[in-house]
Amino acid sequence: MIEILFFFLSALAVFSAIMVLVSKNPVHSVLWLIAVFFAISGHYVLLNAQFLAIVNLIVYAGAIMVLFLFVIMLMNLNTETEPQKHIWMKLAGVISGGCFLMMLISLVRQAVEMGGRKAMMAEGDIGLIKNLGKMLFSEYVVPFEITSILFLSAMVGAVVIGKKH
Amino acid sequence: MPIQYYIYLCLTLFSIGIIGVLTRRNAIIVFMCVELMLNAVNLLLVAFSKMHHATAVVGDAATNAGIEGQLFVFFIMVVAAAEVSVGLAIIVMMYRNTHSVDINFLNRLKN
Amino acid sequence: MSKLVYLVPLFPLLGFLVNGLGRKSMSKSLIGIVGSGSILASFVVSLLIFFDVKASGGSVVTLFNFIKVDSFTIPFAFQVDQLSSLFLLIITGIGFLIHLYSSAYMHEEEPQHFGRYFAYLNLFIFSMLLLVLGANYVIMFIGWEGVGLCSYLLIGFWFKNDNYNYAAKKAFVMNRIGDLGFLLALFWLLLKLGTASYGDVFANVSQLSSFDITAITMLLFVGAIGKSAQIPLYTWLPDAMAGPTPVSALIHAATMVTAGIYMIARSNILYTMAPATQTLVAVIGLATAIFAATIALKQNDIKKVLAYSTVSQLGYMFLGLGVGAYTGAVFHVMTHAFFKALLFLAAGSVIHAMHHEQDIRKMGGLKKHLPITHITFLLGCLAIAGIPPFSGFFSKDEILTAAFAQNPLYYFIGVAGALMTAFYMFRLYTLTFLGQFRGTQEQEHHLQESPWQMTLPLIVLAILSVAGGWVGIPEVFAEHAHSLEHFLAPIFAESAKLAEQHHLTASQEYLMMGASTAAIVVVILLAINSYKKYQASDDTAATGLGKVLENKWYVDELYDAVVVNPLHSIAGFFKNIIEKSGIDGLVNGVGKLVGYGSRQLRLVQSGQVGNYILIMVLCMVVFFLIWFNDATIVRFISKLF
Repeated sequence: MIEILFFFLSALAVFSAIMVLVSKNPVHSVLWLIAVFFAISGHYVLLNAQFLAIVNLIVYAGAIMVLFLFVIMLMNLNTETEPQKHIWMKLAGVISGGCFLMMLISLVRQAVEMGGRKAMMAEGDIGLIKNLGKMLFSEYVVPFEITSILFLSAMVGAVVIGKKH
Repeated sequence: MPIQYYIYLCLTLFSIGIIGVLTRRNAIIVFMCVELMLNAVNLLLVAFSKMHHATAVVGDAATNAGIEGQLFVFFIMVVAAAEVSVGLAIIVMMYRNTHSVDINFLNRLKN
Repeated sequence: MSKLVYLVPLFPLLGFLVNGLGRKSMSKSLIGIVGSGSILASFVVSLLIFFDVKASGGSVVTLFNFIKVDSFTIPFAFQVDQLSSLFLLIITGIGFLIHLYSSAYMHEEEPQHFGRYFAYLNLFIFSMLLLVLGANYVIMFIGWEGVGLCSYLLIGFWFKNDNYNYAAKKAFVMNRIGDLGFLLALFWLLLKLGTASYGDVFANVSQLSSFDITAITMLLFVGAIGKSAQIPLYTWLPDAMAGPTPVSALIHAATMVTAGIYMIARSNILYTMAPATQTLVAVIGLATAIFAATIALKQNDIKKVLAYSTVSQLGYMFLGLGVGAYTGAVFHVMTHAFFKALLFLAAGSVIHAMHHEQDIRKMGGLKKHLPITHITFLLGCLAIAGIPPFSGFFSKDEILTAAFAQNPLYYFIGVAGALMTAFYMFRLYTLTFLGQFRGTQEQEHHLQESPWQMTLPLIVLAILSVAGGWVGIPEVFAEHAHSLEHFLAPIFAESAKLAEQHHLTASQEYLMMGASTAAIVVVILLAINSYKKYQASDDTAATGLGKVLENKWYVDELYDAVVVNPLHSIAGFFKNIIEKSGIDGLVNGVGKLVGYGSRQLRLVQSGQVGNYILIMVLCMVVFFLIWFNDATIVRFISKLF
C-alpha cells in the first residue's frame, strides 16, 4: 500500500514539476506547482511528518503560491506576454540539467553507505507537533526567535522596496 | 522504503528546478523553480531524518534522533517565506520600471 | 694625534654641506670664508699629523666597519703614514691656496652659483682626502669615484654652455673606462686574498701567482691611466679646461690626476713584483710625456698648453714609477703640484685681467701691467723647465737618472721631452708677457693686477716652486741631503729590497745634469728669441707636421672614427631596429594580445542571468567529473546508453 502511494505521489510530483516548466501560461505553472507541493506534502504524511505536511500546505501551497498568483494576476501575465528563450538555449539548459542529474544519480549509486538503509515509513513520532514543539522551544529557542527578526526585516524590506518613490 | 528512492526523486525534482531556471525567462517562473528546488531539498531532509530515526530507534525506543532534520525543514520554510516576500517585491519593482518580467532585462544592471 | 685624522676629511665635508645647503641664503664672503676656512683647518690638522708621523711613524685608524659579511670585513679605516701624510699636505695646502684664489676669481658669479662652486670644491677635496687616507682599496675607490664625480661637476660648472657639458661628459666617461679597470682589479684582489686592506694585501702578496699580480697591476694601471690622463685616455684632461681656471689648477695640481700616481706608489710592492707591468707603465709614461709635449708646442690657448704640459709631466711621473723610482715620482708629484698650481693660477690671473681672453696670440707685453703675475709665472716656467736650483730640476733629474740606470733610451727620450717642455713653456711665457700687446684697446685700458686673494697664493706657490725641490737634493751633492727619500723610505722599503740597485757614478750624474741643463738653457733662449717679435700677421697657415700638432695628432678625430662613431651606429641600430621592432614589438604585442583577449572575454560577461546560471551548472558538472574521477561514472553513463 505504502509503496503504491509512494510511487503514485512520486510520479505526480515529477509530472507536475515538468508541467510547471512546460506550460506557457504562468497561471497554469502556479497551479501545477501547487500540485507538486501537494504531492510533497503527501510524502511527508507517508513519512509520518505530520507537522511539516500541514505547514507545507499552509505556508507553501496556501500563502506563498497565492502570493505568486496575486502577482501574476496583478501584472496580467498570460501566454502572449510570456517571454520565450531561443530553442537552442532551451536545449542547452535541458542537456546541462540532465547531465547534472545523471552525475548526481551516478554518485548516489556508488555511495556504499546508502546501501540497505531505509527511511522509516508511517511510524516514528519525531514528526509529531508535540515533539517538534518541545525541541523548538527548548534547544532551538534562540534560532526560533531570530527567525522572527528575519521576518520583521523581510517585511520592512518588502515594504521599502515596494514603496513608490 | 529504501532511501535511494527518495534521493532519486529529490534529485529529479531538483534537476527539473535547475532546468526550469535555465530554460525560462519569466522571472516569476524562475522564482517558482527556485521554490521547487527548495522543496526537493526539504523532502530529502525529512527522508534522511526518518532514516536516522529508523537506525536509532532500534536501540532506544524513546529517542529523538533525526528530529533536527525536520526542524531544519521548518527553518527553511521560514526563510523561504521571507525570501518570497522580498523577491516578489523586487519583481514587482522591476515590472513597474520595465513593464516586463523578463530576466534578460536585468542585464541593464551591468551599466 | 693620528686618532684625529678623521678631522682632515671632516672639515671639507662640513664645508660642502654648509655651502651646498646654504648657498641660497649665505653671502659670498661668508661662503668664501667657510669654503677656504674648512680647508685651512684640514691643513692645520694635516700639518700636525705630518709632524707626528715624522716623529713616531704611521698607523692605521679604524673608524667603523664599512662592510661586514660573516668573516669578510672591509673596515672604514684611514692609513696614516709617510706617503698619505705627505699627500695630505699637498692636497690641503694647495687646495687652500686655490680656494683663497677662487674667492676672488669667481667673485662675478651670483651668490647661489658661488656657493655651489665652493661646495663642489670642498667635496672635491674631501673625495681626494678619502682616496689618499683610505686604508684599503675599497675606501680608495670611494674617493676615486668621488673625484671623478666632482671633476664632472666642476668641469661642467658653467652648464649653460653645451660644449662645457660635453667636456664634462667626456671627462666622466673616460674616467669610467679607467674605473672599470680599477674595479676589476679590486674584485680580483678580493677573490684571491679575501681582503682589500693595504697591510694584509702587501703582507700576503707572495701568495699570489705571478699571473695574478700582473693582471691586478695591469688593471689597476688601467684605472690610473684614466684618472691620471695617460695615453690612450688622456684626451679628457685638455678638454677639462672648460671649467673655471682654479678648478683646472686643483685638478692638475692637488687632486684628481695625482690619484693614479698615488695609487701605484701605494701599491709599489705589487708593481715591483710585476716587471712586465712596470715596463708597460714606463713605456706608456714616456710615450705620453713626449707625445703631449709635441702637442703643447703648437697650442695657442694658454690653458691648453698648460694642460698638455700636465699630461706630459704626469708621463714623467709614470716613467718614474715604471723604473722603480717611487720616491722620485712622489717627489715630482709634489714639485709639480707647486709649479703647476702656480702656473694655472697665474694663467687665471692673466685671463682675469684680459677679461676671459685665453688666446696667447692676442696677449703679449703683459710684463709691465701684471708685475706679480709675471714674476711668479716666470719662476713657475723656470721650475717646470728644470733649471737648477728650482724645484722641477731635482724631481725631474731624479726620475731621469733612475730611467738612465734602467735603460739609457728612456733617458734620452725623456730629455728630449724635457727640452720640448722648456721650449713650449717659454714660448708661452714670451707670447704672454714679452713683446707688444696684441689685444684690443679696451682690454689694454682695463689691464690691472689682480687683488691680494689672487696674488698671495701666487707668491706662496712661487716660493714653494723655487724652494720645494730642496727637500730632495741628490745624494751626489751631499750625504743624506735627500730628506724626502729618508722620510718615505718605510713605504718603499719592501720594494727597495726586491729591486736591483743601479748606481751611477758621481761623474756620470754631474755630466748628465750639466748637459741637460745647458741644453735646456739653449732651448729657452731659442724660444724667447723666436717669439719675442711675434706679430699676429706672422701667423701663416701651418703645414705638415705643424698642422698635425696643432690638431693634436688628430687623436680626437681618430677616437671619433674608431670608437665613437661605430658605437653611435651600433646604438642607432639597437635603437631603431632592436628596440623599435624587437623589444617594443614584443611588449606592444603582449599588450595588444591582452587587449584583444580581454575584449573577446568581455563578451562572456553578457549580463544575461540565464547564461551565468548555465555556465554555473556546467561548471558544477565538470567539477563533479573531476572530483569523483571514478570509473563508476563512466560505467554508469555507458550502461545508460
